[in-house]
Amino acid sequence: MSDATDTGPVLAADGTPLKRSLARALRAQKMRALALIAPLLIFVLLTFIAPIADMLFRSVENQIVSETLPKTVVALKDWDAKTGEAPPEAVYAALAADLQVAVAAKEHTKVGIRLNYQKTGVSSLFRKSGRQVKKWDLAADAPFKEKFLDVDEDWADVELWQIIQTYSSKYTSGYFLNSVDMELGPDGIRPVDENLAIYNLLFKRTIFMSLAIMGSCVLLGYPIAFLLANLPLRTSNLLMILVLLPFWTSLLVRTSAWKVLLQQQGVINDILVWIGLVADNDRLVMINNQFGTIVAMTHILLPFMILPLYSVMKTIPPTYVRAAKSLGATNWTAFWRVYFPQSVPGIGAGCILVFILAIGYYITPELVGGTDGTFISNRIAYHISRSGNWGLGAALGTILLAAVLILYWVYDKIVGIDNVSLG
Amino acid sequence: MTAASDDGFVVFDRVQKSYDGEVLVVKDLNLSIGKGEFLTMLGPSGSGKTTCLMMLAGFETATHGDILLDGQPINNIPPHKRGIGMVFQNYALFPHMTIAENLAFPLEVRKMGKDDREAKVRRALEMVEMGDFGGRRPAQLSGGQQQRVALARALVFEPELVLMDEPLGALDKQLREKMQFEIKHIADNLGITVVYVTHDQTEALTMSDRVAVFEDGRIQQLAPPDELYEAPKNSFVAQFIGENNTLEGVVEEIKDGVALVNLDGGGLIDAKPVNVTKAGERTKVSIRPERVEYNKDRLHADAHTLQAEVMEFIYMGDIFRTRLKVAGNDEFIIKTRNAPDQRRLKPGEMIEIGWLAEDCRALDA
Amino acid sequence: MKLKTILLTSGAIAGAAVAFADGHAPMADSMTLVSWGGAYQASQTNAYSDPYKAMHEGLEVVWDESSAEAVAKLRAMNEAGNVTWDLVDVVASDAIRLCDEGLAMEIDADELLAAAPDGTPASEDFGDLLVSDCFIPQIVYSTTAGYRTDLVGDTPPTSICAFFDTEAYPGKRSLEKRPINNMEWALLCDGVAKDDVYDVLETEEGQAQAFAKLDTIKDDVIWWSAGADTPQLLADGEVVMGTTYNGRLFSLIVEQDQPVDMLWDAQVFDLDGWIIPAGLPEERLNRVKDFVKFATDTQRLADQSKYISYGPARASSAPLVAQHATLGIDMAPHMPTDPANATNTFLYNYEWWADYRDDLDAKFQAWLAQ
Repeated sequence: MSDATDTGPVLAADGTPLKRSLARALRAQKMRALALIAPLLIFVLLTFIAPIADMLFRSVENQIVSETLPKTVVALKDWDAKTGEAPPEAVYAALAADLQVAVAAKEHTKVGIRLNYQKTGVSSLFRKSGRQVKKWDLAADAPFKEKFLDVDEDWADVELWQIIQTYSSKYTSGYFLNSVDMELGPDGIRPVDENLAIYNLLFKRTIFMSLAIMGSCVLLGYPIAFLLANLPLRTSNLLMILVLLPFWTSLLVRTSAWKVLLQQQGVINDILVWIGLVADNDRLVMINNQFGTIVAMTHILLPFMILPLYSVMKTIPPTYVRAAKSLGATNWTAFWRVYFPQSVPGIGAGCILVFILAIGYYITPELVGGTDGTFISNRIAYHISRSGNWGLGAALGTILLAAVLILYWVYDKIVGIDNVSLG
Repeated sequence: MTAASDDGFVVFDRVQKSYDGEVLVVKDLNLSIGKGEFLTMLGPSGSGKTTCLMMLAGFETATHGDILLDGQPINNIPPHKRGIGMVFQNYALFPHMTIAENLAFPLEVRKMGKDDREAKVRRALEMVEMGDFGGRRPAQLSGGQQQRVALARALVFEPELVLMDEPLGALDKQLREKMQFEIKHIADNLGITVVYVTHDQTEALTMSDRVAVFEDGRIQQLAPPDELYEAPKNSFVAQFIGENNTLEGVVEEIKDGVALVNLDGGGLIDAKPVNVTKAGERTKVSIRPERVEYNKDRLHADAHTLQAEVMEFIYMGDIFRTRLKVAGNDEFIIKTRNAPDQRRLKPGEMIEIGWLAEDCRALDA
Repeated sequence: MKLKTILLTSGAIAGAAVAFADGHAPMADSMTLVSWGGAYQASQTNAYSDPYKAMHEGLEVVWDESSAEAVAKLRAMNEAGNVTWDLVDVVASDAIRLCDEGLAMEIDADELLAAAPDGTPASEDFGDLLVSDCFIPQIVYSTTAGYRTDLVGDTPPTSICAFFDTEAYPGKRSLEKRPINNMEWALLCDGVAKDDVYDVLETEEGQAQAFAKLDTIKDDVIWWSAGADTPQLLADGEVVMGTTYNGRLFSLIVEQDQPVDMLWDAQVFDLDGWIIPAGLPEERLNRVKDFVKFATDTQRLADQSKYISYGPARASSAPLVAQHATLGIDMAPHMPTDPANATNTFLYNYEWWADYRDDLDAKFQAWLAQ
């Protein structure tokens, strides 16, 4: 045995080096494993990884300006906005040439929409100008500066040209800057006007409210999970059905039910007025605000806290608490020093689940959030499905994704991710 | 008060327990355990022995009757105030604490100072020869090591009474035997009272001062190990403790302290009447395999003998184990010492067997 | 033998006749229409697609209730290169946007749409309502207000400015969670003349003025984002007054018989209509063109008003507006365009909002969140 290792590589029975024949055997095994997971892998790649990659790409992508107005972008390179003067005739001529091509392809309005995110009015300026430029003769109608100014005097606006210049690169950090209430100015990055700043507030609020929802889920879910794990099987099965019942009800129905309960003319206020706790003209405002959102979302997400807690608690044998008591611990000490630490992995799993679900929720905050209970995801949904500003929506989504990953990492550092158990 | 409660350290006085209000799992239990005694509760599962232990520990309450500890009724004292040490079947070491923390736990909840605590933990660990393992977690220890730690934890706060619930059940045979000895040794050294629950009769016999055999919610026999083995009071105990041959029959007559039994399978034998009083009663006679003699020279001259056919011969080194067919029972076992003068029987051979009347006990049918 | 020949011949003639009627062009035998769901879509089914299906046996019509996200979905379909929709019902501002993005097909109204019964060409019959090159108008609706008759005391509100008068009309009011309409109303009630509203709103100061006016009632407003919210809030007594689409209020008042009245003052007219997605294959396009010509003719638009209180977009349809199909009441007085209701109206300025929507929406949301 030891002779073989001394004299050279160990050989397999057929004379090939053992390492190589082992690798070959393993490769066949790996290929088989890969073939088995291939359908899922392809599915995940297509439906999950690809859209995320696409979203990441959209949040920086800005090719539309340089592709639609190639000549203008080149001509604008030498122009210096600091002079305070509109660009020279050459730029206008380039613009006329670009626009003629763009109008034929119906691209000029798209650039207008893109630049309108940065400066109000560009959208109609491009639409209006497109109609005129279409009729011009590029060779005969020069100079174009006057003609553009005839169409709209905004074409002399230095700020407009500045914006075209700033956003002429193929990729931009503009969406990300907008996502944190900053913008690209001529002199670099600056904060947006105070009356436009909203996203930092929403990010903070989303995280704060998700934490609040997570906290109330722990407070409400822990005793229930404890009960579930310690009751006789028949009773706990019944209770488990009650816990899961919300899962089987439509999200909209549940949220609407909370409206009926919590609104000012709702059930809870009616009862409070009836027993005289609250004056009829001074009913409590419990919906369309943060409180209502936290209540409704806690209810919706509670099963995601209870289930991992339950499955972890189920594995804690009752003898631990008995042992603690026999060693002299009171009920509370036995719970707090012995039972609770062992249920922490369940709390961790539940918290991660609830927090990550909460942070991306948007239907419930949209319905019961009012003004101060809306989440960042409501703005993402708005930009994706309503305003059409997909770049900004993608940037906000990317930041949200990064925030979740960072929090996950922090959690791993503090608690340890192997300290998370789904049962 | 009843006789059981005279001056015992632990006393069960007419204790009953029912979980569902229909079936009694413990029926009228009277038991007195002396100070410093090692008492084992032995019985098949479901016999009520663990329930008794849990009632003593305080995790179950007696439906009826009193449990006294050192003369004080403890029915209404919560477990953590009883000051009873306990070793659990699966050790129940707290997985999130180190070994030292596990041992310090009972001292901590008793508000003991840090220095005292550390000294006691060290001493307890040394007692079970685990002095170097204080910093480890339970999961890093082997079963035997965990068992030692669990024992140390149950003893570290110096309880006078320690309960052990099948503590060696999860260990392999060799380790179990070693631990039996160690536990007994430690218990004797410390002079503590131990109530030990097991279903393993060897464990019960080797460790205990007295053994209480449980069956059907009652103590069938409470006696020192040797008495239990040699003088079982009824056929359940005879069957449950050690290996045993049983033959059924009817008492012909009882004369001079010897019962003549007419076996169902044919043949007359002599037996010591234990649970039979008069002729005509049905009985099960019980005879230990090692007390059966087939060497004609050693049989009493006028003793009754039975014809037996050798079914199987097993060589086991120190002994021979032979299976016979006797009076219709083909599970009749005899054990003989491997000695130079001992003949090896052959399957198919017909022999004559007999025994001393006092080794054969006529018990309840 | 002879009989068979005759049958064959007549069959061929009949087939040729069908082909001729269909303009000699092959047409797809199914189409997917996109609308808003609910009562509105039901009115379209009753007035347009059911009669059309009766005329064209074997045609399959699929409805998709995705109009609210039409821009986003159409854009996604276009990027994926697989547009499954044939005709999409959108509001005018979305139509303008889809046209700008090249997602909707440009149309020639006179060529595509039927002329009025008196021969007036479609472009004149629809007139100003053809707000985009891609837009085929269908109805005029309005965003207007309703109030609880039992909660406003003896002096029911007569002006939109009642929304800003929390002393005379205490209680919550519901407004849409977007700047459009609310900014205009705020300025109107802050003393700005109707003709100057958009000029004022273009300036920073004007926007600040509008927000300042909205600030005075910010704590009293429940902001809605679905058209069904205000009717529900009114029915529950959660709000004393609220804005929504006039058709929703019609069904609340007339069909559900709630103690609610219309406040038509300063109602904002808006348009809803069809767009044809760009780049449809020939057969599907032929089918859609044929359907649209039928569904937007004078009679069909008038028919729709039997089911819902929205005004037909054709001038020639107005005299044909009749009674509700099931309730049997005259629909004309419930139309936003009825002269009694339209004493003070406001027309949504599409061009203006196309420019200012991004900016003002961001400001509005920031204002809401503060």
